[in-house]
Amino acid sequence: MTRIATENYREEAIKGINDPVLQKALANLQMRLGRGAEEAYRNLPEGPGLRRKAHEIRMNAIENLDVLLELLADKIRSRGGHVFFAEDADAAVTYCLETAQKHNVRLAVKGKSMITEEIGLNDAFAAADIEVAETDLGEYIIQLAGEHPSHIIAPAIHKTRSEIGLLFSEKLNIPYTTDPETLTRAARKALREKFLSAGMGISGCNIACAETGHITVVSNEGNIRMSTTLPKVHVAFMGMERITARLSDHDILFRLLSRGAAAQKMAGYVSYIGGPRISGQADGPDEFHLVIIDNGRTKILADNEFREMLCCIRCGACLNMCPVYGEIGGHAYGYAYTGPVGAVVTPLLVGINRAKDLCLGETLCGACKDACPVDIDLPRMLLLLRAKLADGDEKWNVKRENTGEKILYGIWSEIVRRRWAYDAMLNLSREGLRLFTGKEGMISSFPFFLKGWTDSRDMKLPARESFMLQWKKSEKQKRVK
Amino acid sequence: MNYNKKVTLFIQCIIDGIFPEVGFAVVRIFNKLGIGVECPAEQTCCGQPAFNSGYRKEAKRAAEHFMEVFGEAECIVCPSGSCVNMVRNHYPELFRDNAKLLERAKGIGVKTFELTEYLVDVLGLEDLGSRYDGRITYHDSCHLMRGIGVKEQPRKLIRKIRGAEFVEMKDSDKCCGFGGAFSVKYPEISTAILEDKVKNIIDSNAEIVTGCDMGCLMNIQGMLSRRGLPVKTLHIAQLLAGQSI
Repeated sequence: MTRIATENYREEAIKGINDPVLQKALANLQMRLGRGAEEAYRNLPEGPGLRRKAHEIRMNAIENLDVLLELLADKIRSRGGHVFFAEDADAAVTYCLETAQKHNVRLAVKGKSMITEEIGLNDAFAAADIEVAETDLGEYIIQLAGEHPSHIIAPAIHKTRSEIGLLFSEKLNIPYTTDPETLTRAARKALREKFLSAGMGISGCNIACAETGHITVVSNEGNIRMSTTLPKVHVAFMGMERITARLSDHDILFRLLSRGAAAQKMAGYVSYIGGPRISGQADGPDEFHLVIIDNGRTKILADNEFREMLCCIRCGACLNMCPVYGEIGGHAYGYAYTGPVGAVVTPLLVGINRAKDLCLGETLCGACKDACPVDIDLPRMLLLLRAKLADGDEKWNVKRENTGEKILYGIWSEIVRRRWAYDAMLNLSREGLRLFTGKEGMISSFPFFLKGWTDSRDMKLPARESFMLQWKKSEKQKRVK
Repeated sequence: MNYNKKVTLFIQCIIDGIFPEVGFAVVRIFNKLGIGVECPAEQTCCGQPAFNSGYRKEAKRAAEHFMEVFGEAECIVCPSGSCVNMVRNHYPELFRDNAKLLERAKGIGVKTFELTEYLVDVLGLEDLGSRYDGRITYHDSCHLMRGIGVKEQPRKLIRKIRGAEFVEMKDSDKCCGFGGAFSVKYPEISTAILEDKVKNIIDSNAEIVTGCDMGCLMNIQGMLSRRGLPVKTLHIAQLLAGQSI
C-alpha cells in the first residue's frame, strides 16, 4: 500500500525546479524557518550545544529501546490502554483497520503524522470504505486536492492561495475567494463537523516518555487535541525509536523539537496522553490504542553505522536548510520522508539501490547536520550509503551500481600513486579538452558524461603546465643559479 | 613544533591542473612573509573525489600515497578547505580499522592547515600588507566552514587588504551547488543552486567574488562566464598576494 516513487527523483526534481510557485514558497520557507531555527538555537539559555546533549539523550534511549518500550507499554496498559507492537506496515494498518471495523467506524479524523504516510494508512482505509479526514489545515488541503505532502511540517507549501480558493469552492461549496481568513473559516467549519461525528481519532507521536508512560503530540492548530479527545477511540502510531527514558530528557528534546521544526519556543497545543479517559474526566476517548511500529527500524538499530539515524525526531529542520530540498521540494524524494532525512532514512527503509538517487543527488554541504536539533551526522551516513552503492553490500543487499565507474576509479587510484602517470593523465585530458575550447580559453561544451557541467557553465581549459611542473622547473633554475 | 619557519605546500589538484596561478600566489605570500616553502614533487590528490563518490578502497590508496609524501613534513598548508577537511576529518574514518595507519592519519591531520587558518590562527596575522582595489564579496565554502570551522579567518584577512571594500552577500554560507561529481550527475539541481548563488553575488554589487576553495570558485566562474556577467572570481591567495586582475 505504501507509495514508493524514489526512482523518479531526477524527473520530479526538474519538475520542482521549473515550478515558479514552489520556488517562491521554498525560498520563503527556508528564509523564515531555516534561519529562524538557527537563531532559536543560538538563543537557547544553554546555547546551540544543547543539541549535542540531546544527541546523547537520544542515543541512550536508542540503546535501551527494549527496556524503555516495555516500560511505556506496561504503564499504558496499567491505565487501561492497549499497546500493539507492529512488525511492519501491514500489521500496523491491519490492527488499526480491525479496530475501526470493530467499532463500526465510518469516519476517522487524523492529526498530522508522518508515520501514517510511511505505512500508507489512508489508502488502506479508503480501500475499506472508511473515510479518513486529515485535520491539519495543510494536510486537509492536500487531501482535498488528492496529493501528497511536500514538507514534513508545511505539507501544502506548493499550493497558492488562488489554487486553494478554487479547490475550496469546488469541494466545500463556498463562493470563490482568496481571503485566507475566509478560507480558513470554511475549513474550520467543515473540520468541526468531522470532529464531532468521527468514530475514531488517529494521531502520530512526537516523543514518548518511558518514565511517565505517555506520548506527546503537538500542533499549532489544536486539531490534534481534538482528534485525540473527541472521538470514542484514539489510535496513536509511533516509530519504535521515538521514546526517551526520563521526563527531564523529554523536556530538552521537546524544546529543541519546537525550535527545529518551527523556530518556536513551544508549539501552540501540547498534549500528554497516557491512556483512555478515566472516570471523572470530562474529555478523552473511551479506548486508547498505541501502535508501536518497527517496519525496518530493527535493521537500522542492528547496524552500528546507521543506528544514529534512529535519533531523528522528524522535525523537518534539515529540510529548511538543505540547498537541494530548497530547489526541488519534497515530491522528488518519492516517499513519506523528504529532504536530507529522507535521503538517508528512505534508502534504509525501502532499499539502497532503489533509492540511490536520493543519497547521490545531494551536495554533501553539511547544512543538515548544523540544522538538526539532535545533531545527527547526516553527511556521514550519505557518504556511507554511497560507499555501499560503489562496492555493493551483502548485509543491506546492495548491488554495485556502476561497474564502469568502479573501473575508472580503480585506474585513477593507480595513477594518483605515481606523479609521472598523473602528469601524463593531466596532459592527455588537456589535449583532449583543447578540442572543445571556445572563447577566451573557456570550454563551453563538454562531451559525454561531463556534458551536464556545460549545460549551464563554462570551464577553464587546464593550464599548459601544471603548478607542480612549473614549480619543479623553477626549483631547478634556482639550483643552477 | 616549528610552525612558522617553513611550510610544506599541498596544492589541490584543481589548482595544480587548472589554476596554477593560485599556487604561485600562495608561494608569493610565504616569500613575502619570509617563510620557507617546500613542495614535495610526488604529491597528487588527497583522494576526496573517490571518497565522496563512495569508492573508499580507491580513496584509501590516494590517502596512503598522501601520507607517504607528507608524512615527514612539519607543517602542511593547503589552499583548499575541502582537501584539509578530507585529510583531517575523513582520513581517520578511512583508516579506522588499522591502528597504525589511523594514528598516522590523525598525526597528519593535526599538522595540516588551510591557508587562511594558518595565517590567522597559527601565525596570528591579519594584515599582510596587501593591496587590492575593488569591491569584494566572499563565498563560504561548505567543507571549509562546516568541516573545519573556518569562517572568520578569511574575512579578517580581506578586511585588512588596502583598497578593498568588503561586502557580504546574502546567504554567503549557502552551498554553491558544486558537490564534485554531483555537478555533472545532477546538473539541473546543481545549476538551480548555483543560480541562487550567482544572483546573490550580483546583488551584492561586488566586482570580485573570492573564497578559499577553487572547486566552488570554478563552479561560480563557470556560470558567470557563460552568462557574460562582469564579476571576476579570485582565490583569496590571489588577493592577498596582490595580484591585479
